[in-house]
Amino acid sequence: MSRIGVFTCHCGENIGATVDCAKVAEMCKHVPGVAHSVDYKYMCSDPGQRMMQEAIKEHNLDGVVVAACSPRMHEPTFRRAVSNAGVNPYMCEMANLREHCSWVHEKNDATTQKAADLIRVLVEKIKHNTPLYPIKVPVTKTAMVVGGGVAGIQVALDIANGGHKVILVEKSPSIGGHMSQLSETFPTLDCSQCILTPRMVEAAQHPNITLMTYSEVEKVDGFIGNFKVTVRKKARKLDEKLCTGCGLCIQKCPNKKISDEFNEGLGTRTAIYVPFPQAVPNRPVIDTLNCTFYKTGKCKVCEKVCPTNAIRFEQEDELVTIDIGAIVLATGFKLMKTEAFPEYGYGKHKDIIDGMQFERLASASGPTAGVMKRPSDGKEPETVVFIACSGSRDRSKGVPYCSKVCCMYTAKHAMLYKHKVHSGKAYVFYMDIRAAGKDYDEFVRRAIEEDDVKYIRGRVSKIYEEDGKLIVKGADTLMGGEPVEIKADMVVLATAVQSNDRSEELAQTLHVSYDTYGFFAEAHPKLRPVETNTGGIFLAGACQAPRDIPESVAQASAAASKVLGLFSQDQLTREPIVAVVNRQAGPTYSYCVGCFLCQTACPYQAIEQEQILARNGEVIKTIARINPGLCQGCGTCVATCRTKAIDLQGFSNEQLYAEIMTL
Amino acid sequence: MSSGSHHPNLETLAGRIEAGTGVKLAHCYQCGKCAAGCPVGDEMDLPPCQVFRLLQLGFPDLDEKVLRSEGIWLCLACETCSSRCPQEVEIPKVMDFIRGEALKRGIAHPKSKDILSFHRAFLDSIEYTGRLYEVGLVADYKLRSRHMLKDVMLAPKMYIKGKLGLFPHLIKNRSGMKTLFKRTMGKG
Repeated sequence: MSRIGVFTCHCGENIGATVDCAKVAEMCKHVPGVAHSVDYKYMCSDPGQRMMQEAIKEHNLDGVVVAACSPRMHEPTFRRAVSNAGVNPYMCEMANLREHCSWVHEKNDATTQKAADLIRVLVEKIKHNTPLYPIKVPVTKTAMVVGGGVAGIQVALDIANGGHKVILVEKSPSIGGHMSQLSETFPTLDCSQCILTPRMVEAAQHPNITLMTYSEVEKVDGFIGNFKVTVRKKARKLDEKLCTGCGLCIQKCPNKKISDEFNEGLGTRTAIYVPFPQAVPNRPVIDTLNCTFYKTGKCKVCEKVCPTNAIRFEQEDELVTIDIGAIVLATGFKLMKTEAFPEYGYGKHKDIIDGMQFERLASASGPTAGVMKRPSDGKEPETVVFIACSGSRDRSKGVPYCSKVCCMYTAKHAMLYKHKVHSGKAYVFYMDIRAAGKDYDEFVRRAIEEDDVKYIRGRVSKIYEEDGKLIVKGADTLMGGEPVEIKADMVVLATAVQSNDRSEELAQTLHVSYDTYGFFAEAHPKLRPVETNTGGIFLAGACQAPRDIPESVAQASAAASKVLGLFSQDQLTREPIVAVVNRQAGPTYSYCVGCFLCQTACPYQAIEQEQILARNGEVIKTIARINPGLCQGCGTCVATCRTKAIDLQGFSNEQLYAEIMTL
Repeated sequence: MSSGSHHPNLETLAGRIEAGTGVKLAHCYQCGKCAAGCPVGDEMDLPPCQVFRLLQLGFPDLDEKVLRSEGIWLCLACETCSSRCPQEVEIPKVMDFIRGEALKRGIAHPKSKDILSFHRAFLDSIEYTGRLYEVGLVADYKLRSRHMLKDVMLAPKMYIKGKLGLFPHLIKNRSGMKTLFKRTMGKG
């Protein structure tokens, strides 16, 4: 016979004003199995908890029902108190008298009766409870950061400085990401590369960080603390250890007219190249699609000139499998291309460029060395039109969301242009100015008030070329939709921020959820913004949603602190609320018939196949086994199981039926 | 754009527009791209974005201002606006609906008479010949609008260029066309 204690809390007036708590305590005394029942003003207070602990000892209780607020609020509090008094914490249940009763009902007898019923149900449940013990999982204290932009670098440095090993995987030949392409940054106008490159070098030289550039994540197995990640190291076609980064091969490469990705197609590069002078690591790669040797079988000039004989034409991609404890995704974003705009000429006008191309034009390390020259004829543009919200907040282009950074960088672009071309005219077509951030709105006002940038509220309907000018047809909605026509020399589209290429594929590889637009989904939009629904995988930067640099860096540090928290323990302790597959003696061994419907239903890939072997090693039966490290206790498998072989610990079918049958 | 599960309030003009055209006025966020690209935007007293703004608020006097405006009659239904609208609002549909509403209430702009005469003359031509019969259209329009001598000097030039055929080109199944008109015009 169970000896259960019932502790009814008034929660001040929250419960006490509607429910007659004294009467509830009295009614519960008569429920079979209840050995002790009292009420108290604040059960969660120190005296309340002490009272409960004393009662456990005095009445030799083996189970406790606390009738108070939501278990979300205080279940950990009371379970800890019960545990300190020597009772298994999972023998403590909470009846939610506040949210489920007093807050939603009038004060009357029926309400008090309902409160008593809620307790009675849990008394029945506890009679079927069994003590549960936390699950321990070992942790591999090495983190993997996917994506070497500013967010990825920040995550890697923070974890490495916390004393743990980090592997930073970057798909392109150098770390640095989009930030290394930017000219200057808002709202301070400090040089982007000047603040980023020291970080890149720091990451490369940090004893705890291993860079894997020109590499991509191929496969991920395992679970929190125990991932096995396979990374494809793409062939650079040279021996990185022998190469000194002298650059002789780049100088001598005869194939010099390849469109340069780093300069957004505004410049050219060679077939063997480093993306930009400050690249980390400073090791070239051979672009096999454009290299003359790979196309014709002849050339090999780089091999001839290399002083250290580092070129390896026959080098193949390499697959490396690494044990990892936590993964941080920082894969960034891409910009919508100007080709996506039929009304702005399908990207066929050379002088209609996107924001990133403008960054390269304005950058001192760019194709024009920072001198304002338009791409078509290299002339200095006298009139430049900037169009914010190009493709963003545009359902018809499939991007209904706000890209967040364009208001700020458009103001910056207009300002940079005015600083470089004093006599020039800058117009900005905008819909709303979203400049919420420290010193952001002041920055936009500065563009308008001090740098004489003309802001026009309206969207541009069409751009076409006439007599060497780009005719921009817009309307000023602040003048009642008055049509406005500007003859421009160059147009800059602040195109939409989109999820990166292959982000959905990567999300599927890692079993991370993503939204309609391919951005990775956080576990909770407010309270768990850097975690994913998959344990041990975290998010940083614009792979989750459009973000600017300060936000990406802040989120990166947040993700790093989550990883460090995980790595602070040798073993992970997890709630034992997980599903288990029934096991029993032969000849059945388990109710499980091995249909593995549960395996397809499980959203966390927690179910594996287990073979029951005879002594001679013969397979008797193949049944499901649930990996407690991966199981999140959602119960989907329990509902799917046709033979009722799976049960959720702490919420077993038996316990729930006992609750229902009491009513 | 579909309006989902909610039912439009037919007491208001906005509600009737939604019920009649499927367009929800609230989708317009006043970017002005329609006004910017409209080929007759310069001529309109109320450009399309203004028409939408006035209707969005739901004040009867503002609704009436729209219904009495000249601009709604100038809309050619060329659909440049709706093909570029970022919110995929079908503006010409709404323009058409409110022209009907203005006629029903008898408050249509005086200039609408000529425009309506032209539309009717055009439809007459289609109804009786199955095609556009230019001479018939011109004569019909002139009778309806009573602008007998307007643009009459253009006729010889157009005739020489072969733009005015004296006889109509009839389609084969004219009775089918009549039935079509009967049904759509509610005559049959």
